[in-house]
Amino acid sequence: MLEIKGLTAEVDGKPILKGIDLVVPQGEVHAIMGPNGSGKSTLSYVLSGRDGYEVTGGSALLHGQDLLAMEPEERAAAGVFLAFQYPVELPGVGNATFLRTALNAIRRAKGESELDAMQFLKLARERMKALSMNDEMLKRGVNVGFSGGEKKRNEILQMALLQPKLAILDETDSGLDIDALKIVADGVNAMRGPNFSALVITHYQRLLDYIVPDRVHVLMGGRIVRSGGPELAKELEAQGYGAIQAAA
Amino acid sequence: MPAVTETIETVQAVTDSTYKWGFETDIEMEFAPKGLSEDIVRFISAKKEEPAWLLEWRLRAFAAWQKMEEPRWPAVKYPPIDYQDAYYYAAPKQKVGPKSLDEVDPELLRTYEKLGIPLREQAILAGVEGAGETPADSRMPIAVDAVFDSVSVATTFKDRLEKDGIIFCPISEAVKTHPELVQKYLGSVVPQGDNFFAALNSAVFTDGSFVYIPKGVRCPMELSTYFRINAKSTGQFERTLIIADAGSHVSYLEGCTAPMRDENQLHAAVVELVAMDDATIKYSTVQNWYPGDAEGKGGIYNFVTKRGACRGARSKISWTQVETGSAITWKYPSCILQGEDSVGEFYSVAITNNYQQADTGTKMFHIGPRTKSTIISKGISAGHGQNTYRGLVRIGAKATGARNFTQCDSLLIGDLCGAHTVPYIENRCMSAKVEHEATTSRIAEDQLFYCRQRGLSQEDAVGLIVNGFCREVLKELPMEFAVEAQKLLQISLEGSVG
Amino acid sequence: MTAAPQPGAAGFLARYQGLKDHLPGARLPWLAALRDDAAAHVAARGFPTRRVEAWKYTDLSPVAQAGFAEPLTAVAGVLTLPKPRCAARAVFVDGRFRADLSALDGLAYRAASVAQHLNALEGVLGALVPLAEHPMTALNTLMFEDGLFLDVPAGVDAGHLELLSIAVDPGRPFAFHPRHVIRLGAGAKLTLLETAIGGSAQYLHNPAFEIDLAEGAVLTHGRAQQEGEGAFHLSMIHARIAAEARYDTMAVSAGARLTRMEIHAALTGPKASCHMNSAQLAAGRAVVDTTTALDHAAPDCASRQTCKTVLAGQARGVFQGKILVRREAQKTDGYQMNQALLLSEEAEMDSKPQLEIYADDVKCSHGATIGALDADSLFYLRSRGVPADQARSMLVQAFLHEAFEGLEDDVLREALTAAVDGWWVRHGTAS
Repeated sequence: MLEIKGLTAEVDGKPILKGIDLVVPQGEVHAIMGPNGSGKSTLSYVLSGRDGYEVTGGSALLHGQDLLAMEPEERAAAGVFLAFQYPVELPGVGNATFLRTALNAIRRAKGESELDAMQFLKLARERMKALSMNDEMLKRGVNVGFSGGEKKRNEILQMALLQPKLAILDETDSGLDIDALKIVADGVNAMRGPNFSALVITHYQRLLDYIVPDRVHVLMGGRIVRSGGPELAKELEAQGYGAIQAAA
Repeated sequence: MPAVTETIETVQAVTDSTYKWGFETDIEMEFAPKGLSEDIVRFISAKKEEPAWLLEWRLRAFAAWQKMEEPRWPAVKYPPIDYQDAYYYAAPKQKVGPKSLDEVDPELLRTYEKLGIPLREQAILAGVEGAGETPADSRMPIAVDAVFDSVSVATTFKDRLEKDGIIFCPISEAVKTHPELVQKYLGSVVPQGDNFFAALNSAVFTDGSFVYIPKGVRCPMELSTYFRINAKSTGQFERTLIIADAGSHVSYLEGCTAPMRDENQLHAAVVELVAMDDATIKYSTVQNWYPGDAEGKGGIYNFVTKRGACRGARSKISWTQVETGSAITWKYPSCILQGEDSVGEFYSVAITNNYQQADTGTKMFHIGPRTKSTIISKGISAGHGQNTYRGLVRIGAKATGARNFTQCDSLLIGDLCGAHTVPYIENRCMSAKVEHEATTSRIAEDQLFYCRQRGLSQEDAVGLIVNGFCREVLKELPMEFAVEAQKLLQISLEGSVG
Repeated sequence: MTAAPQPGAAGFLARYQGLKDHLPGARLPWLAALRDDAAAHVAARGFPTRRVEAWKYTDLSPVAQAGFAEPLTAVAGVLTLPKPRCAARAVFVDGRFRADLSALDGLAYRAASVAQHLNALEGVLGALVPLAEHPMTALNTLMFEDGLFLDVPAGVDAGHLELLSIAVDPGRPFAFHPRHVIRLGAGAKLTLLETAIGGSAQYLHNPAFEIDLAEGAVLTHGRAQQEGEGAFHLSMIHARIAAEARYDTMAVSAGARLTRMEIHAALTGPKASCHMNSAQLAAGRAVVDTTTALDHAAPDCASRQTCKTVLAGQARGVFQGKILVRREAQKTDGYQMNQALLLSEEAEMDSKPQLEIYADDVKCSHGATIGALDADSLFYLRSRGVPADQARSMLVQAFLHEAFEGLEDDVLREALTAAVDGWWVRHGTAS
């Protein structure tokens, strides 16, 4: 499970996270909602270890391991997966090559045997079929020339292959139509189980109709100001963030 | 930027251990007296027992060289070379031209083992005749001509190739066994007076590979030469001549290494290729000379003249190179497209890290009609490296319907290096089409983070992205080289990204 | 003054020695020193030969050998001028300002003769130019007699101004070297239409511009080079563009027997920008050369360049465009495109787009193409009934159109389009 205590963080010297306390028990899916500028993306980058995001206090433990002391690839090996809001393009790098390299790096770190090209392809095809994806995607460059929806689906495919313990979905729903949204939601829901936790970061409530969270937290001004069950999301949609702000 | 400081420190820590070919081989050597003069030229010719015509040829070149001025390209800086302060002949003491591998000094063979020459070649060199001819994984064998300092040490598969009429042997041997061929073509593509280093090479070259593929023959295996500079204070002046007669096909690989030294050593080679009607020559180089240490001390000066003449109609010459070593690289593999419908190609990856400088590119001369050239150049600069692409595409008045496509891409890692593009495009023919594009990019922070978040280490991420950047070039390399090249790219850039 | 003119740089130096005391500012120590310094450079470098890298493709020997004299006395009297395109107009005849032919009253900024305002130009004239690197500017410094002094105060929108240069034939080959100094204060704006015309005599017009744009200033500079067919036009612009300032230039080169339009622009503060577009047209045995160097010396600057060349007959076209991105110029956005259309068998184009990059977080690219009119496009038009000549004309116009993209100013657009049309009428059907 994920335990965050008193986490504060700065970007370019400006405090963004001002004391986050959050526990995501194993097997649960929690949603983080908040207005723009509340620190949602900052939280996801701090947890995944991106340069430029400086932790100034507090802690974050994943299954007892100190996440903040680890390099990004070490966190990946420990089971953290970040589905990016804006997945980058890697020209000339084949999608299949990239995925196999990443998968094998993580397997290596866990002391598992690596997959050869054939084994990997078999696994990849299985997962893609389950996600209704065309295996054309494997032959293309990573995200090169992908539409917004295709990029997000590629993120979900990666998640399905890498089997993380903690998935952080950073505004995965932005820019998606209903069909793409369903594919993303199906992908996440298919992973749900006792060994999988997720932090779904979203601005809008819509995604949460498909990925029904166990808990919802509202992030405002760098702090979690309210937590509740799934109905909290509906309340936000009806009343807007302003009402919560006033009450907080 | 803290990232950059960390990069510099990491590079300094890693560089000495990175160049794993930096060892020296302890072996008995024979040297000419130091310095360069007409006497030295005669000494070399005598040592090699050359016929009179070749000695005359050398002396003419030497006379021309003495009158020439060393060229100075503005983009490449190096302290003046003292041409008298080097040995122009250094050879392992053994019989010239071993009759069989048993006669090769075992210490020499151990060197090749240490160099990590692909295992198959090593097994072949270690010596059982027929070793590798039916390899377990059914890949084609490669014939290897091993050159240690200035002398060819062993050539494998000669007999097998001779059955097809293919001649693959050291040029010193070809001068004696096929003088008419050598005389006809030597200096026909790169004349002695062509440039300063070509003239020098013509005077003092000691060895190199000679290849002749007869009409209609497709060479059944890849031909390869492995150059190793070992002796101190020597220059390496090899001379290669490849002739593909009508309808023939050959693929040739060149690989090079040298030990780590404080001083700079000069490598001024000349490569001449001749392709007749419907013939194809594919020439691939993976160059990893010692690049100098992280402070920029030492390293090989790689000043090479490589030129291919597409003499015949529908002939084709492809140059593919991966340049990761040498302190200074100055080379422009070129194609003279004379035959109608002939094709010239140039695929290149050049890396400059630490204080390396590269001024490299190609020259495509379109003379005949409907000639075609393709240039894909990928330059990667890191550390304090300065990487310049310098190219010339010249379309003559008679090259009706000629086509050129050029793509030059530069990748910059860090803000202390430089990437430069200087293309000269000269078109005298209305019906020809020339297209040139150049772009500049970097490895973005978010690309690296994306890869690392997926579990790849920093090094692996850089390697993956760089290989992706170079993909179009790497896929032109013969398979054996492609794998080596990919690893080489990764090693050359170790520690370059903070 | 009666000795036969001598060719080459020596000739100009000799003339300088003879004229020196009569040149404007002869009694100003700073200007005399500047000219003497220039003389030293001219003596040392002369006219560049083709062995000088920057002049590799353009042969100046016809200029060096021509043996020019200076127009000694100003041409007086009324001349027939083309209709003005702007309300405000500065007219120079043979490089000398003609107040009687100009219309510069009631302007909110200074537009005057350099020769009459030399005192205000101390420390300004010559400030932007490293003489050692620019032989033709050194010659201009040596020999200039006059030029346009434009000084627009901060915040002033100066509207439009036309700068017209006419060369009038005095009966023998002659040369003039106007020196124009243009300064825009912070936030100032000006649209300048520069036109150069002349008769059929042999003359050298060697103008040099020093352009200094303060923060946020915007200078839009349209240039119609329509010199006489025996002329040599060698123009040089040195521009310094401060933070958030913008220099946009659109040039059409449609006259002269040998043209070199050279621009050296430096972006010296963040968010400065420069757009350099040109269309160069040559036929017969003419030579057209566009040579530029753009120096990104500050971060966040943008530059765009499009050069279109059309060559007929045995003409020769040259493009040399260098983009330098210094180490501190991160987030540079630089794009350059150079395209040439060869309309005849004997035309030749030489192109050297160059990148020198020392910063890594930049977007820099360039492209170059050289070829003939697309046969498929021609056929398409003809199959739709368009006669061959008209089809070619349409395709060439379409080709040149891109060089005028982003040109919103109607005055400039009309003037430049007229220059192109004029060339096409004269040379378009020949090949």
